[in-house]
This record gives sequence, C-alpha cells and structure tokens, in this order.
Amino acid sequence: MARIVLGDEFGRQYAGGQTHFDLDVRNVRHLIRTLDDMFPGIGEQLEAGAIAIDNEIIPDPWLNPIKPDSEVFFLPAIKGG
Amino acid sequence: MAGYEGKQFKWVGTRPVRPDGVDKVTGRANYGADINLAGQLTGRILRSPHAHAKILSIDTSKAEKLAGVKAVITAKDFPAMHNGVLPGDEGVNFHYLSSNIMARGKVLYDGHAVAAVAATSAAIAEEALALIDVKYEVLPHVIDVDESMQPGAPLLHEDIFTTGVNPKPEKPSNVVQRIQMALGDANAAFKDADIVVERSFKTKAVHQGYIEPHAVVAEWSEDGQCRVWCSSQGHFMVRAMTARLLKMEVAQVRVMPMEIGGGFGGKTIVFIEPTAVLLARKAERPVRVVMSRDEVFRATGPAPGTSIDVKIGAKKDGTLVAATGEFRYQAGAFPGSPVGPACMAAFGPYALANLQVVGYEAVTNRPLCYSYRAPGAPLASFAVESIIDEISQKLNIDPMEIRIKNGSKEGTQMVYGPKLKAVGNLECLKAIQNHPINKIPLGPNQGRGLAAGFWFNLGGQSSAVVNIAEDGTATIMTGSPDIGGSRASMAQMAAEVLGIDYAKVRPIVGDTSAVGFCEITHGSRVTFATGMAIIEAAESVVKQCRERVAKMWEVDVDSVIWEDGHARPAPGSTADNQKPLSLAQIAAKASRTGGPLVGSAAINAGGAGPAFGVHICDVEVDPETGGVTVLRYVAAQDAGKAIHPSYVEGQIQGGVAQGIGWALNEEYIYGADGRMQNSGFLDYRIPVASDLPMIDTLILEVPNPGHPFGVRGVGEVPIVPPLGAIANAIARATGARLFDLPMSPPKILAAIDAKK
Repeated sequence: MARIVLGDEFGRQYAGGQTHFDLDVRNVRHLIRTLDDMFPGIGEQLEAGAIAIDNEIIPDPWLNPIKPDSEVFFLPAIKGG
Repeated sequence: MAGYEGKQFKWVGTRPVRPDGVDKVTGRANYGADINLAGQLTGRILRSPHAHAKILSIDTSKAEKLAGVKAVITAKDFPAMHNGVLPGDEGVNFHYLSSNIMARGKVLYDGHAVAAVAATSAAIAEEALALIDVKYEVLPHVIDVDESMQPGAPLLHEDIFTTGVNPKPEKPSNVVQRIQMALGDANAAFKDADIVVERSFKTKAVHQGYIEPHAVVAEWSEDGQCRVWCSSQGHFMVRAMTARLLKMEVAQVRVMPMEIGGGFGGKTIVFIEPTAVLLARKAERPVRVVMSRDEVFRATGPAPGTSIDVKIGAKKDGTLVAATGEFRYQAGAFPGSPVGPACMAAFGPYALANLQVVGYEAVTNRPLCYSYRAPGAPLASFAVESIIDEISQKLNIDPMEIRIKNGSKEGTQMVYGPKLKAVGNLECLKAIQNHPINKIPLGPNQGRGLAAGFWFNLGGQSSAVVNIAEDGTATIMTGSPDIGGSRASMAQMAAEVLGIDYAKVRPIVGDTSAVGFCEITHGSRVTFATGMAIIEAAESVVKQCRERVAKMWEVDVDSVIWEDGHARPAPGSTADNQKPLSLAQIAAKASRTGGPLVGSAAINAGGAGPAFGVHICDVEVDPETGGVTVLRYVAAQDAGKAIHPSYVEGQIQGGVAQGIGWALNEEYIYGADGRMQNSGFLDYRIPVASDLPMIDTLILEVPNPGHPFGVRGVGEVPIVPPLGAIANAIARATGARLFDLPMSPPKILAAIDAKK
C-alpha cells in the first residue's frame, strides 16, 4: 500500500490529527476520493495544494498513477516569481 | 521522448545571438505602451490618498459631464465575485482580486483604485479624476506585520478567520493562516547541541523594480469580441483572469503578448487590464492605461516585509543538530504572501534531521504582496544564513566547511516531505571553495561573506507548435512570454532535435488565439517545461519525416533514422542503398507525402529539478559613513544543463543585483499617515551598474533527470543567497552583525557604534 503523508497542521485540522496513512489507491484522483470518504470535505482542500509522488512535485495532479510502494506528500501550493 | 544521455549537442550549450536582440536594441520591439489604435482614448485611475478608509460615497457626475470624457467606472461596474476559493481556481479568491483592482466599500492602502476614466487626452483624463468626489471616513491603519498580528490591531477584513489553528477562531483577525512543518523533534534535539544561536530579524517590503510600468490597450469589436495588448508574464493568465472578473467567455478575450521590460514575478497577476477592458466597453473605443512609476510602487504587487525568528543548534564540530524558524510575512491588503514557500525553502541547503518551521501571514494596509523571484525565500535565507555564519564564527570553523559538512544532497529529506533527487548543492559549494577569490587578501574594513540558497523550480502546462516551411526552415511558436531569452533557448532546442541550423529556426511568442495554453512565466519553468513541449513537438516532426521517407523508400519506418537533420537508412536495413534526404528535401515534397509538416505538443510537465546556488562576496564598509562597497562577487549555480549559458549568466547576475539592492538599499518607507514616501526611483534606490562589481558566475551542470536535456530552471535561486552573503560580509568587515534589512548606512553606523 502507498504511504500517504499530510502536513501536521493540515492533518490536525481536517483529518482528526492523523497525518500518515497506508492506502491502496490507483492514482491521485482515487487517493483524494478515498481521503474525502474518510474525512468529508478534505478533498477540496487537498486539491488546492501540490503533491509530491516518489519525491517528484507534480503540478495539478489527478490521474497520475500511485504505485503500491509509492510515497505521497501533500504540500502547500508553490508559486514562482 | 528520445533519450539524449551522452549526446554531443550541436546547439544546446552554445551562445547564439538572440532572435529578438536586434529589434530590442534598435527600438523596433513593441512593449505594452507602444500600441496606438484609431480613436484610442487615455485611461487614468483615481487612487486612494488614505491607507485605510471607508468609502462613504463616490460622485462621478461632474467628471462624466466634462467634454472629452467618454467613460467613468467604479467598483459598481465590476461584477460581484464569489468570496472564497472555488475548486479549479488555483487558490485565487476572485472577490479579493476584483476588490484589489477596484476598491469595494473600503480602501485598504494608499494607492488603492477607486475609479477610472477614459478621455480623449491625458490632460482631460487627469482633470476628470480631479472632478470625482470621493468621501472617506478615515480608519486606523497598520503596516508592520508584527503590529498587524496583535489583538486589537486595525482590522482590514471582517471575513478573515485564521486557518491552521486549533480551535478555530470565533473572531476575525488580520492573521490569515498559520502553517507548520517538521522533521524529527527539533525542540528536544536542541539539548544535544553544544552551541545554540537564536536571533530575530526584520525586513522591509521591496518592489521588483521592473523598468517597464504596467501598460495595456483594450479594444472591443461590434460582435462582442475583445482584444487586449499588454506586457505580462503570461497572456493566458491575463485572458483567464479578465474573463472571469468580467464574467465573459474566455474565448471572447484575445490577448496579444507584447515585449516585457521586466517582471520578476510582479506581472503574474492583473492590476489594470480588466479596468481597461471595462473602460473600452463603456466608451466603445479603444483605451490605453499606462501606470506611472508612482502607481507601480503604490498599487502593484511588491514583496512583503517580514519578521523572523530563527534558532539553530550545532555540535562543536559544526554538525547541525536542530533548527526552528518562525516566519511572519506581510500579505498586503489581501491574502497571498509567500510564507508557505519561505517555510519550505528556508533551510533547503541543509540536511537537518530535526527541524520545525512555522509560518504566519497577516494582512496589512499595503498593496497586495505578490511574487518576487523565488517568492519568500530570500528573506528566510537571510535569517538562516546569518545564523549559520554566526555559528561558524563562534565555533571558529570555516563557513564553507560547516556548509559542506551539513549540505543537502541527493536523498536529503526536505521539511516539506519529499527527498531530493540529483542536485548540485555540494558541487556549488566546492566550486566556490576552489575559486581564486578565496586567495585575495582582505584589507582594513573589508569582509568576505558566504551564503547558500535553494529554490524548488516548477513545471506545469505548456504548449508548442513547430511548423516546417517548404524550404525546410522552421517557425516555432509557444505561449510563454520571453522574459530572459527564452526565444533563443527554444530555437536552440528545436534546432538540436531537428538537426538544422539555429538560424533556420524562427521562434514566435503566439497570442492566446494562436497557440495552446501556457502557464505564466514563473517558477523558473519556461526553459524547462515549455522547452520540453518544444522538444516533443520537434520530435513529432522528426517522426513524421521518418514515416514519410519510409513511404518514399517503400521500407519500414524502423529502416529510417534521423541524424544531423537528415533521414538516413538505418545501418543494415533494407533501405541501405538510399541516399539521405535533408529536412528541406522532405519538406519540399510534403504536399505529395501527406501535407504540411507540423508538430505540436501540449504537456503538464512534472520533474522540475530543484536549484541551488552558493555565493561569496567581498565588501568594504566605510566606518565614517556606514556606506558599503561591494568589491567582488562570485555566484555558483547548478543549471542542470545550460541551454544558452549567456542567459543563465544573465539570470544569475540579475538575481544578484536585485539581491544586493534588497540587502543594502531598498525599502518601502511609510509616513505616519500610512502613505508611501519614496514612490520613485530617485528615493527608492535600486542598484545601478556603477554600484556593482562584475558579478562572476560559475555554471555547474548536474543534469536534472526530469528533463530530456537535463535542464533545471535558473531564474529564481540567484536572488536567494545575496542578502545573507552581504550581511555575512558586513559582519566580518565590521565585527557588528545586522539583523534588520536594508543594511543602510545609518543602521551600519549604529551597529558599529553599539559595538564600541
């Protein structure tokens, strides 16, 4: 199962304090739906940020695959200058 | 995409003349203010003289009656927007954005727009502004971020409730959000440190200082189509935001990208474009709006002022064991500070097992704080690098050694989660360590400063088209404005893949109706992401050429290879007896083999490789005046693969120059009334050529595995280290360390006096 990590404050605010999850998910869309089923409303918040899958920051991810051994971090949105 | 590992490049890595160079040096190039249409009117904007006030009434009747005035608008003319961030809006609250463009109910900063006019001349437009009667109820204001965060501070918005805190606040405040990230347990790990240094820092707001003011021309046609000419860092952004703010269909708006005289992040959002479009619609004539320098300072998107606390613990041998940082960033009048990236990037050059960063942003009665080159990172880096230097002094360890000993590298876990892939931090450190500058003896009142910096770099959406003409020359088109020489870089990459001469490739920046969507030019993304789109589009052309030649030779496509701009028989294939065909020969027969040769690509690029830079400088401080002369400056940076090394060097030198200005001179100065006192380049002092030494550059090339040529973005990280490098040099020159930017002469004199 993929290792999913939310930020500390984010987990506290939207996931009852939980920040680490082991989930069997196919892609980012599936992951966000799964988390939203667990914590209704969290999906919209997650979609506003960025995601790193296996140490690569993905812009606007949705259908990007998540492998069983993937590590996924939800990050704040990053804007350049 | 084809693998290019180990390939000997012909054009990539060379320094050809830029395609837009002649137009720019001869004055032929057109910038935002250079469009003149028949019947064009002049637009002017009335701005608030108060830092914070209720708008009791706006009477435009006298202005409307003035001969020559064709349109007057206020916030009432802008559609109401949803107050919140909707899915798909990429974090933009369009109610706030609209309210920034034209004040609704309250003015929130000196310079906030309250009305606009379009008239047949500038003089009439100015006269009309004077006839608009705005009645205000002046309110208390707050500029400083620490003061803004205090309970009882003047409240800017009734609808801001701090996010990221528990329990959720019941009352509104100016504090927009709190964010926190951590690795390990920093507070517990400090007990393992032999030395702990903790300092507080303050920095003033600065402006990007682009030379070209914002400028736009808007025109409507009778069928409801709107055309906009403006310089920006992304004309697709201008189209999308203008359409959304004015409730138009996106395809109704066509935005033509003009040349841009600097942006540095400050032109990644709209300020006057929707106003010009509304004026043009109401006047039924084209309207041009050009900001004055005063307006650029008072009413665009400068970088924030900050208040920062950093604490770092180390062993006697220089091993860093723990660090914490609290970063409090101004957000301007509306949310949007770069405190998130600041928290993420602050300690980027260091591998720390125990690290905690906390960020706050607070709205203040200042113009909207927006992006400026590696947004948020230079200020956070100034604090971190100052303390690293102080620790090295206290432990009597070479400042380079402590950075190499603790330097982040491939596999280092970043505080925001992921581990670094291949990066060039240590390579940059060692390049500076081996530079001859280290052997130059320093004189009295001179000091040498070192600092490292990190920036993420971004990818994102880009489109590109490669059109092959009948003679085998190529026109390539993207939707990314050329800010730092990207036309040349795109042409080089296309020439490399096609195998034709660079001079046979003509790069064009297409308007929003001519080419597919491209994100704004930000995040050091264009050479990386749009370059990838160009490579993919050119590879598509190559594939088409091979397929057509295979048909001509009546062989399988695998029997045709592409080499040096020619289709050739694959060794040992059935096409072995065929003579190679050049791109020009193939193009000449295109009509008979399937029609025009056109390659296109539309991508959402991931895999942007982070950038590191390490800077060293020598300064001399005049003990009588406190003035600082930068004697020498060397900057090393990992570019992954420098497509056009001259433009990489230019980006590095530009970032350093801006960073030196940020360190020594630049600041927004406010009066007690909350009004900016120095909204012109005579009083807001950016460095000019005579202020600076030659900035030497060292380009390191640690290939980014996420790009076919190994490219990393290069435009942003060079502004990250200079603030710390200059501060550390001053500290070593004077023995007095400054914690407050800018390090202007009076502050330096005071620090020297305090040490006596």
